[in-house]
Amino acid sequence: MATTPESTSPNTPPNGVSVSGDSGAAPSALLSLRGITKSFGAVEALKHVDLDIPAGEVTALIGDNGAGKSTLIKAIAGIYAPTSGEIFWEGRKVNLHTPRDAENLGIATVYQDLALCDNLDIVQNMYLGHEESRHLTLDEIKMELNTKRVLSELSVSTVQSVRQLVGSLSGGQRQAIAVARAVMHESKLVIMDEPTAALGVSQTAQVLDLIKRLASRGIAVLVISHNLVDVFEVADRIAVMYLGNLVSSGPAANYDTSSAVEIITTGGSRADAAASFK
Amino acid sequence: MTDTSETAVAPRVSDGALRGQLKRLRQGDKGLLPILLGLIVLVIYFEIRNSVFLSSGNLTNLFVQATIFILLAMAEIWLLLLGEIDLSVGFVSALGATTAVILLDNQFHWPWFAALPLAILVTTAIGTMQGFIIIKLRLPSFIVTLAGLLGWEGVLIFFVDRQGTGGTIPVQEKVLYGLVNSNLSPLWTWIFVLACLAVLIYLIVRRDQSRRASGLDAVPQFVTIAKAVTLLVAGIVLVLIFNKNRGTFTVLEGMPYAIPVDIAMLAAGSFILTRTRAGRYIYAIGGNAEAARRAGVNVNRYRLLAFVFTGFTAGVAGLIYASRLGGISDNVDSNLVLLAVASAVIGGTSLFGGRGKMIHAVIGGLVIATIYNGMALINMSAATQYIATALVLLVAVAMDAVARRGSTPSR
Repeated sequence: MATTPESTSPNTPPNGVSVSGDSGAAPSALLSLRGITKSFGAVEALKHVDLDIPAGEVTALIGDNGAGKSTLIKAIAGIYAPTSGEIFWEGRKVNLHTPRDAENLGIATVYQDLALCDNLDIVQNMYLGHEESRHLTLDEIKMELNTKRVLSELSVSTVQSVRQLVGSLSGGQRQAIAVARAVMHESKLVIMDEPTAALGVSQTAQVLDLIKRLASRGIAVLVISHNLVDVFEVADRIAVMYLGNLVSSGPAANYDTSSAVEIITTGGSRADAAASFK
Repeated sequence: MTDTSETAVAPRVSDGALRGQLKRLRQGDKGLLPILLGLIVLVIYFEIRNSVFLSSGNLTNLFVQATIFILLAMAEIWLLLLGEIDLSVGFVSALGATTAVILLDNQFHWPWFAALPLAILVTTAIGTMQGFIIIKLRLPSFIVTLAGLLGWEGVLIFFVDRQGTGGTIPVQEKVLYGLVNSNLSPLWTWIFVLACLAVLIYLIVRRDQSRRASGLDAVPQFVTIAKAVTLLVAGIVLVLIFNKNRGTFTVLEGMPYAIPVDIAMLAAGSFILTRTRAGRYIYAIGGNAEAARRAGVNVNRYRLLAFVFTGFTAGVAGLIYASRLGGISDNVDSNLVLLAVASAVIGGTSLFGGRGKMIHAVIGGLVIATIYNGMALINMSAATQYIATALVLLVAVAMDAVARRGSTPSR
């Protein structure tokens, strides 16, 4: 167990609202998952996952392909209802059956493919599905002013005009718009799936900066990433998944690249892995 | 995948209105300028070949000819914006017209204010039904409306032939006949056009003013003024054309009623597309349906709504069609739908969804009508007319595809 800072055994019984036994002493969690299990037929994609996501911090969810990261965020985003387990939001037990349920709580998800309309401009994309209207017609001025305000608050300064079509933006700018849209609707938790996967060096730096700014505004951020350099750059906390289990979580300071890689590939220290396969 | 653009551009969020316009032009929102220039070239060519072309009589006739293309193209644009198509729109509108003509006929004697709305209701119902099948069964609109193209022609022939009037039912009722063949008086033509211009210019000026008042980018004042003056001049020229006596034996002057019908449909369509949620969602679905769905848009509801609008617009087009032909026959031009799609695309609406405006129907319809009208005037054969239309359509589609490529940057 030398390389594993603290191991949340997948079989720990759910311990309700109270903060889990992380030695890292997570600040009172905004979102707590207890015993989340998700089965697709005979396949258990998530096995009894416990996870706390505190406000104002960046939690990185890492793991190999097929470890269950995407299934987990889909459960939080209300896309998959968990087969069993409980979800607590600000200490209150909640049910997330649809994306709207999650959105109404203040959970926003930025998907890998960004889900932007290239043929609409920045303002129209930012407000898609949430248009402001006045006298039955769209209130373009209010939407444009708010968009400019949100973008400048997030220090997104590289776009020339908010009336530019999103199709004309670079990858980093598109990512920024997708994040800004998530933040604009008073979100408290922003989930980001591989936010830097398709980006170049300078754009990655900008997006990581943006993630840190979100956290400093008191927003909880859950980031899925394959890129450990990026993870260590932004994460306050790290959670590692392995074959559907959440095998390790704790403050990022307790991990280094080699220990993280080892947990990702073996699900724990080599000794642990050997034990679990015997 | 290039990362250069971001570091290269100056970080500024202001003063981008004019530059934004240029950028949009490059991105494929090519605006109306190229096609308007093309239209002017056509007009000059035909006028040189035959000076009757620019006579007020011929121009009025051209506008009326264009009306049917314009309205059918408007019907088509609702679906083109979604990336869908309706191949049945020509026969559906003719079927609506048949409904109106039969109900107004001596046998039934319905009043126009009952028969005409019912005709539009029929086409709206057909559009809704086709949309419902396409959405619920997840079938391609191309195939379902291809079935419509065949099926509705059959229904049309059945009803027309059953009247026992030799395959043609004439329009005898005054209001329907008058849609194309009667005119506003010259005074009312002035009043109507000036009122339309006043509203339009008021909206443009007010929009610019409120943008400036809120501290947002707005086009420079001289651009607004130039726009208003251009509209005013165009409107006045239009009135002068319509109000010139074009009769030979009797006085024939004023704007045909079909033109205000066009303008009303243009205004209503543009309003829905640019000022309401429904319009915004239609663009969004055409651009990226999955993004719209994730943003909480009820995608199927708005897709169905577009089919409803298509059916409605086709109904209006059918009434104009029957009025212009003075009746409805069992031999409806099956090229109508192709010319409708051609009009929309020539005007600048994309076949691939997400890009287009109602005004494109007007410009494209005028181009098609100009080609047909002008070629008839200079005695070109039908063969040449078809080939010329085909070439114009090909150029328009090619421009659309190139613009589309330009609008999706490498990422």
